[in-house]
Amino acid sequence: MTIGLGHYLSVGAILFTLGILGIFLNRKNIIVILMSIELILLAVNINLVAFSTFLGDIVGQVFALLVLTVAAAEAAIGLAVLVVYFRNRGSIAVEDVNLMKG
Amino acid sequence: MILPALFFYLFAGVCVASAVMVIVSRNPVHSVLFLILAFVNASGLFILMGAEFLGMILVVVYVGAVAVLFLFVIMMLDVDFTELREGFLEYLPFGLVIGAIFLAELLLVGGGWVINPDIARSATSTIPANVSNTEALGLVLYTTYIHYFQIAGMVLLVAMIGAIVLTLRHKVSVKRQDINVQNARTPELAMSVRKVTSGQGLQDADAPEWVK
Repeated sequence: MTIGLGHYLSVGAILFTLGILGIFLNRKNIIVILMSIELILLAVNINLVAFSTFLGDIVGQVFALLVLTVAAAEAAIGLAVLVVYFRNRGSIAVEDVNLMKG
Repeated sequence: MILPALFFYLFAGVCVASAVMVIVSRNPVHSVLFLILAFVNASGLFILMGAEFLGMILVVVYVGAVAVLFLFVIMMLDVDFTELREGFLEYLPFGLVIGAIFLAELLLVGGGWVINPDIARSATSTIPANVSNTEALGLVLYTTYIHYFQIAGMVLLVAMIGAIVLTLRHKVSVKRQDINVQNARTPELAMSVRKVTSGQGLQDADAPEWVK
């Protein structure tokens, strides 16, 4: 019963799918959508680290570090936009986001 | 030999279960707490794979910063979250179909795919055998991949400035120090010597401009 690359990739695939599913299920709640995006990025990180360790190449972990940085920056900017939007509209319902008529 | 497998299934199971709870939980605060649980277990998976440094960074960055940021924002926004839950069941079948198709595709691609043995040999920088994971990462991060490291720093700087600029609010009612105005102030502007006529007092009409 050895745990191989496939096991970790499966966990990554399941987490990625749950993230996608979360975006579809919580279409009105943008906070949960942001959390789903964090889950997707975590799945990507698991894939990168799994390949890194099973192929014996440290570069995968360097990339995972960059993904982590971008995820943190994305959360900060996303939540800041959310706060500004809430100040202007008094609601965070995604369906009301039509100010720019895009 | 059984122990790593046991821990793998423990961490993976809790991680996936809490990820499910993140997306179906009614209260967003519970979602954030389950997100923290998912990240802690994912860091357990990282440590199991031998990437201790990333596992610890995951705890520090996500649990220490990102999740707390989410919590603060949820607490600051006065939102009726039950209203936002409407339509959850409406989207459920559609979401489940998309999710099932997506997962099946990912597993088919992942399952029917074999690593070319040459790939492992063509590693751009192999993991050194006799140093710790942190040291191995540092050996390449600050030398070969120094530009990626600096770009990551720039991304964080831009994110920080962006978040501050977006959320900074100038209230008119708050009195602020304006150093230029203070420096431009002269004795002539600030005070005046007047002769007060006895019995009449000081008339408002005589007052300088800044008093009115």
